Amino acid sequence: MSETNEMKLEFDSRPCNESFARVSVAAFMTQLNPTLEEVADVKTALSEAVTNAIVHGYENKVQKIYIECRMEDQELQVKVTDYGVGIENVELAMQPLYTTKPDEERSGMGFAFMEAFMDELSVESEPGKGTTVCMRKRIGRFERK
Amino acid sequence: MEQYFEISGTDLQIFLPEEVDHFNAEQLRKEADRILQSRNIRRIVFDFSRTQFMDSSGIGVIMGRYKNMRFMGGTVIAVHVNERIRRILTLSGVYKVLDIYEGQAVPFNMF
Repeated sequence: MSETNEMKLEFDSRPCNESFARVSVAAFMTQLNPTLEEVADVKTALSEAVTNAIVHGYENKVQKIYIECRMEDQELQVKVTDYGVGIENVELAMQPLYTTKPDEERSGMGFAFMEAFMDELSVESEPGKGTTVCMRKRIGRFERK
Repeated sequence: MEQYFEISGTDLQIFLPEEVDHFNAEQLRKEADRILQSRNIRRIVFDFSRTQFMDSSGIGVIMGRYKNMRFMGGTVIAVHVNERIRRILTLSGVYKVLDIYEGQAVPFNMF
């Protein structure tokens, strides 16, 4: 028996929408009865993905970012898509501390944080077409009293 | 911008907002650098007492200020760090270059 539930968000790639995106996904995932830490983990990972879409994908131009969330049983899947510049070398981009924008004080920790705070991370990207980051996390793995 | 900055002697205390993300990291950075350029600051104290959320944009701000301060022979510390923020600081590796306190730090001029 598997229960599924889905939602989609579409919003402008403005930095001021980042907290909106975090709060929306956090609200959606409350149905899985997560711990505060699990919510914080997802918010951090999502924030990294959305920041990447704004800063790198769209290079600070205002276009649309798409978030798709799906839950099945106790697993949350979050997809963040932009139709921006894409990533030339995904493997390189995912290395901790690697950044194409050191002058803007990007820490190069975005993908490392997504990997650390979620269970699974996959990145699909095509230069000139865009990028989709797909993250999964099992919620409520630890039995609560 | 709210009152995020307090200068006492050569200390610059930065009271970070509730959420430190890409959106407000930019503003923090600009204002901090303006103060660093105009005042004689020897130590930056990042105060996390209000902060519930931080992502890697916040790490960028801390690392950037650390580089400035090191260049000028100063130091950077973090105070009122809760468990969540500590995890972020640890994961990113910045804990290697700054002292982290759960409570208030020792005043700079005590020694």
